[in-house]
Amino acid sequence: MKGEKQNTVTLASFGAFDRQTIELIAEAIREDLGMPVAIIERRVDLSIYFDIGRRQYDGNRLMKMIETQFPDTQGKIVGLFNVDLFIPILTFIYGQAYLGGKIAIASKFRLMNEHYGLPANEELLKDRFIKEVIHELGHAMGLVHCHTPTCVMRSSTYVEDVDQKERYFCQECRSQLENNGYITKRAL
Amino acid sequence: MANKISILIVDDEESVRDSLYNWFIEDGYEVKCAADAKEALSLLEAKEYHIVLADIKMPGMDGLEMHRRIKALNKDTIVIVMTAFASVDTAVQALKDGAYDYVTKPFDPDDLSHLIRNATSHINLKEENENLKSKVEALENVEDLVGESEAMMQVLSEVQSVASSSSSVIITGESGTGKELIARAIHANSPRKYFPLVSVHCGALPESLLESELFGHEKGAFTGAMFNRKGRFEMSDGGTIFLDEIATISAKMQVELLRVLETGKFTRVGGNKEISSDFRVICATNKDLKMMVKEGTFREDLYYRLNVVNIHVPPLRERQEDIKLLAKYFMEKYAASMNRKKISIDDAALKRLEEYDFPGNVRELENMIERAIVIGNGKEIKLKDLPLEKNKKGTTIESLNDNEKKHIRQILEKYGWNISRAAKVLKVDRATLYNKIKKYDLKPSDG
Repeated sequence: MKGEKQNTVTLASFGAFDRQTIELIAEAIREDLGMPVAIIERRVDLSIYFDIGRRQYDGNRLMKMIETQFPDTQGKIVGLFNVDLFIPILTFIYGQAYLGGKIAIASKFRLMNEHYGLPANEELLKDRFIKEVIHELGHAMGLVHCHTPTCVMRSSTYVEDVDQKERYFCQECRSQLENNGYITKRAL
Repeated sequence: MANKISILIVDDEESVRDSLYNWFIEDGYEVKCAADAKEALSLLEAKEYHIVLADIKMPGMDGLEMHRRIKALNKDTIVIVMTAFASVDTAVQALKDGAYDYVTKPFDPDDLSHLIRNATSHINLKEENENLKSKVEALENVEDLVGESEAMMQVLSEVQSVASSSSSVIITGESGTGKELIARAIHANSPRKYFPLVSVHCGALPESLLESELFGHEKGAFTGAMFNRKGRFEMSDGGTIFLDEIATISAKMQVELLRVLETGKFTRVGGNKEISSDFRVICATNKDLKMMVKEGTFREDLYYRLNVVNIHVPPLRERQEDIKLLAKYFMEKYAASMNRKKISIDDAALKRLEEYDFPGNVRELENMIERAIVIGNGKEIKLKDLPLEKNKKGTTIESLNDNEKKHIRQILEKYGWNISRAAKVLKVDRATLYNKIKKYDLKPSDG
C-alpha cells in the first residue's frame, strides 16, 4: 500500500445490533477492499441527540460525538445506528460522511421494509445496511457519487435505489481508491 | 458539459450550510458557502456560479432582494430560494422575480436531488443551445468570400447594408464568381440567420418538378406523389430562399412566382389549402434580366418585384489583386482538408495566375489550386502544376473555327505540306483537308 494512510476501518456500533450483522459488514469490507476492520460496541445515551421538534436524531451532532469518542483512533470510523437520522436541511438521511474525512455514520432505520408498510425482511435489511455502510465509507475515502448503475457509490434516495445497486465499487471508483492509496490493486 | 456545475449556498444557519455543502460535494458539484447576502454578492462579483441556493429570510438583506441583485449581476444565474416558512406570497414573488424554483426546508433528499438535476439540465441545455448557435454562425460564416479589391469591398459593403432588411435581392455576375456565397453572406448577417437558407437551382429542374419542388405537393397529386411533401417556400419559413439561375424559369413559373412574392401565400400541387410562409427571396443569374425583359422573355413585373436591390459580383479578371489572396486562401483550405502541411506557391506560378483571365472565375481558380496540390509535390505549387500554358491573359478566347484553322496549319507545316500525311494524322480524307485549306485560306507562306 502506498502513502502513509492508516488504512483501517473501525465499525463503531451505537445501537442494539446483533453481532452477526456487524460481522457481515466487516467481512464485506475485508473481502472487497482488503482493509483491516475493527469492531467496537459503545453504549451512549442517544437521547441528547434527539430533536423533539423533528422526532429524529441529529446526524451532524452524532458525527461530532463520534469524533470526541475516538480522538486517537486512526483510519476511518463508521458509526452504526438504528435510529432515524436527519440533518437540518433534509427530512431524513440513511447516513452521511465528511468527504475524505475520518467519520461516517449510517443507520438502518430508514432501510427497514416496515418503514414503508412492507413485511420485514431481515436478509434484505442486512444487504441494504452493508451497502449503505460501504457507501458512506467510500465518501470518507474521498469518493463522490458515481453514475454507474450498479456501483455502491451511486446516489440512493429511495430504498429501491439501494436494492438496485451492488455492494461493490465499480472499476473507476476502485481505481480512485487505489490512486488515493486506500487499497491495493486486485490480482487478476 | 465542459465545466463542473458550481453551487453557491447562502444561509445564515451554519448547520444548513454545512449539510448542503456536504450533500452537494458528495454529488460531485463545486460548492461554496456564504453566511449572508453581502458575502454572497461579493463572491458572485468575483466568480460566476451556475446555481445559487439562497435562504429567503436572512438578517440584513433578505433572499428576495439578494435575488434581484444577483439577476442584475448575471441574468443567467439560476436562483433557487428556500425558506423554513412556507408562504405562498413570498413564493409567488420569488417566481415573479425570475427565481428558478422555490423550496421549503427541510427537503426530501429526493426533491433536492431532482431540483439540482433539473437545474443542471436547464444549464446544459442553455449551454448546448449557445454552442449550437455559435456553430451555426461559424457554419454560416462565409469564409470563402475573400478579397481586398475595391470591387469586392463594394460588394461586401452592399451585403452588409442589405442584410438587415427583408428586401428581395438579385445577385448578378458571371458563372463561378460566387453568387451563392453572397446569398449565404446576406442570410448569415440577417436577423433570419437562425432559420433555414433554402437553395433551389432552378435551371437544374424541369418545369413540372420545379413547381413541386417550390410549392410542395399533396399525396396523389401526380404519379409518384406517394406522400405529402413540403415545398421549398414552406421550408424556408422564417428564413431565406435562394433561387439560383432565375432566368431559366418558364413563363408559367414566372406567373406563379410573382403571385407568391406578392401574397406570401401558395398552395401545394394537388392541394387546395392556402399556405403562408414568411421568407426572404434572393435570386441569382448570369444573364442580363433587363435585356430579357426587353426581349419579352422575362416578366417585367416579376423583374421589378425581385430587383429591389441588385448586387453585381465582379468577374475575377476585374479584381486581379484578389488572385494572390484567393490562391493563398484555397491553398490553406485544401492543405488542411488533405492533411498536408503549409503549401506555398512559387513566384513564377503566382505570376502566371495573375496573368490569366479566369473565364471560370473564382471556381476555376479554386479547382486549379486543388488540382495543383493533388498532382504537385505537396509542398510548393510550381508553374508546371498549373494547366495555364495556352490560356495566358491577353489571348482572346478563340472560336472553334480559329482553333481548327490553327491546328490544321500546324500539322501541315509539321509534315511539310504533305497533304496525304497531314490528312492521315488529322484522320480526315484528303478531299476534306483540301476543303478546309480552301475554307481557311491556308497557304505555306502563312506560317
